[in-house]
Amino acid sequence: MALAATRKLRSSIAMTACVAAAAIGLIALALILGALLWNGFTSLNLAVFTQNTPPPGAAGGLLNAIVGSLIMTSLGVAIGAPLGLLAGTYMAEYGRYSKLTTVVRFINDILLSAPSIVIGLFVYEITVMQMGHFSGLAGAIALALLVVPVVVRTTEDMLNLVPGGLREAAASLGLPRALIIRHIAYKAARAGLITGLLLAVARVSGETAPLLFTALNNQFFSTNLNAPMASLPAVIFQFALSPYKDWQNLAWAGALLITVTVLALSITARILGAQKTSK
Amino acid sequence: MSEAVLSEQTKRVSYGDTRAKVLKLFNLGDTAFHILTKSCAVAVLVLLGGVIVSLIHGSAPALREFGLGFLTSQSWNPVTEKFGAAPAIYGTLVTSFIALLIAAPMGFGIAVFLTELCPYQLRRPVGIAVELLAGIPSIIYGIWGMFVLAPFLQEHVQPGLIAAFAGVPWLENVFSGPPYGIGIATASIILAIMILPLVSSISRDVFETVPPVLKEAAYGVGCTRWEVMRRIVAPYTGVGLVGGIMLALGRALGETMAVTFVIGNAHKISPSILGPGTTISATIANEFTEADGALYTSSLIALGLLLFVITFFVLAASRLLLARIQRQEGR
Repeated sequence: MALAATRKLRSSIAMTACVAAAAIGLIALALILGALLWNGFTSLNLAVFTQNTPPPGAAGGLLNAIVGSLIMTSLGVAIGAPLGLLAGTYMAEYGRYSKLTTVVRFINDILLSAPSIVIGLFVYEITVMQMGHFSGLAGAIALALLVVPVVVRTTEDMLNLVPGGLREAAASLGLPRALIIRHIAYKAARAGLITGLLLAVARVSGETAPLLFTALNNQFFSTNLNAPMASLPAVIFQFALSPYKDWQNLAWAGALLITVTVLALSITARILGAQKTSK
Repeated sequence: MSEAVLSEQTKRVSYGDTRAKVLKLFNLGDTAFHILTKSCAVAVLVLLGGVIVSLIHGSAPALREFGLGFLTSQSWNPVTEKFGAAPAIYGTLVTSFIALLIAAPMGFGIAVFLTELCPYQLRRPVGIAVELLAGIPSIIYGIWGMFVLAPFLQEHVQPGLIAAFAGVPWLENVFSGPPYGIGIATASIILAIMILPLVSSISRDVFETVPPVLKEAAYGVGCTRWEVMRRIVAPYTGVGLVGGIMLALGRALGETMAVTFVIGNAHKISPSILGPGTTISATIANEFTEADGALYTSSLIALGLLLFVITFFVLAASRLLLARIQRQEGR
């Protein structure tokens, strides 16, 4: 009887520890979100969206940084997504069981979690060093390289989920493989492919490290891809580390914008993914 | 867009065409698409090769100048152009190690909570919340660490720690010095919070690969929850758990923004974990744009190469281990 009691006691102690771990973890994350929402919303106003980043001690907004982030992110996705989509297509369709696919999958998984600052160094070497100056284009390329692994991964996974019967039915009608992939497989996997794209955008929209030495930063409004370009993460980095209260407030507002964007994208991706699986 | 492609392809095919001509067109399009996709897949490999080659190329001047001493030297002096990576390597390894020490048990706890204890209706929402938090950009954790956590630790926690361990041999040195707020310890805590969602969601996924019948059998012979976790689930999922930990370690080693804000950027190995230090990624982020002189830049790129090599092996190990548990599940 004593043994049973000890075992029960030991079990409840362990389980209480688990509940406590969950509680502490969730509270810590709630504290972060709470601080972000509080500081973000108190610093947020219309000027944030309509004015450019101010010199120290003056009021201003984040317009140039928002525009810069939008330009570089969309260009990065425009370059990276097609490459990732086609590579993922090869892995799921033409070369599903080939050696090349196994190797690419392994390398891609490593690139997926590789430190983004290293990707930044790589892009610095191949673009900034060659061109002789920092530029928005280099920033976009760095982001594109971060988009590729995400899109490759989701494309392959989603195409693998498309039932083989669909492809066989199309093949029996005489369609060649290229058309089966583009008109049958892509359509069947569309929600999943869009999910992957959204996740990729979410991934790069908060990336800071690779932008620091590719796009650098720009205090002024600029849409010139051949010149340094401001971005939200880089501006947050610069302003948060500054001693000026105005700048710190703008950093919080920017942080809130990024978080809301990322959360909105991930939630949309999740809803799309859920629709796909429930069908 | 796809309709346009189809009509463009079929436009070239008309009723008068022979079967052979149509097949030829189809074959041509198929071969072209096959080659296109294959070259994109190869491009992913080239990308990784390019990263490695360019990093080796960029770091060559520094490695030639300092040789293997680069790994062990503690000096980091842009004026005399003497660079050594030891403090950055030390900071990277120590912060990641402490972060794992905190995050791994907590992550397992959360995973156990989610798979065994949580009321069924709450499982999905809490699980989704944890996964969403894993996607929040690290710079957010960084500024929270700098504005909220560091001042809090400086005022309320670190003085207590220093007082509590004063006089205790060895530990006295680990928790010594003025409470700066920022430093190795703060960076480790931020890293731990940041990788916590990752550790928990991977462990939960791994726990869910355990066939219910195994657990039910154990409960059936009268095992307690703890015994089921300890004797059935843990041995069954061991490989996957280690894989998940390695993946989190890879993330922690390469993390830049969350650390840069709170590490203190001091190029020295401090015996106290409360003291400021630096990591490889924080050094690169802070100094790269200000680096003048080829040797300075090259030393920073050499640091990047080092980081890449370390994370590559950690991530490769993690993928191999996680792949093994997936195969196990498929069987």
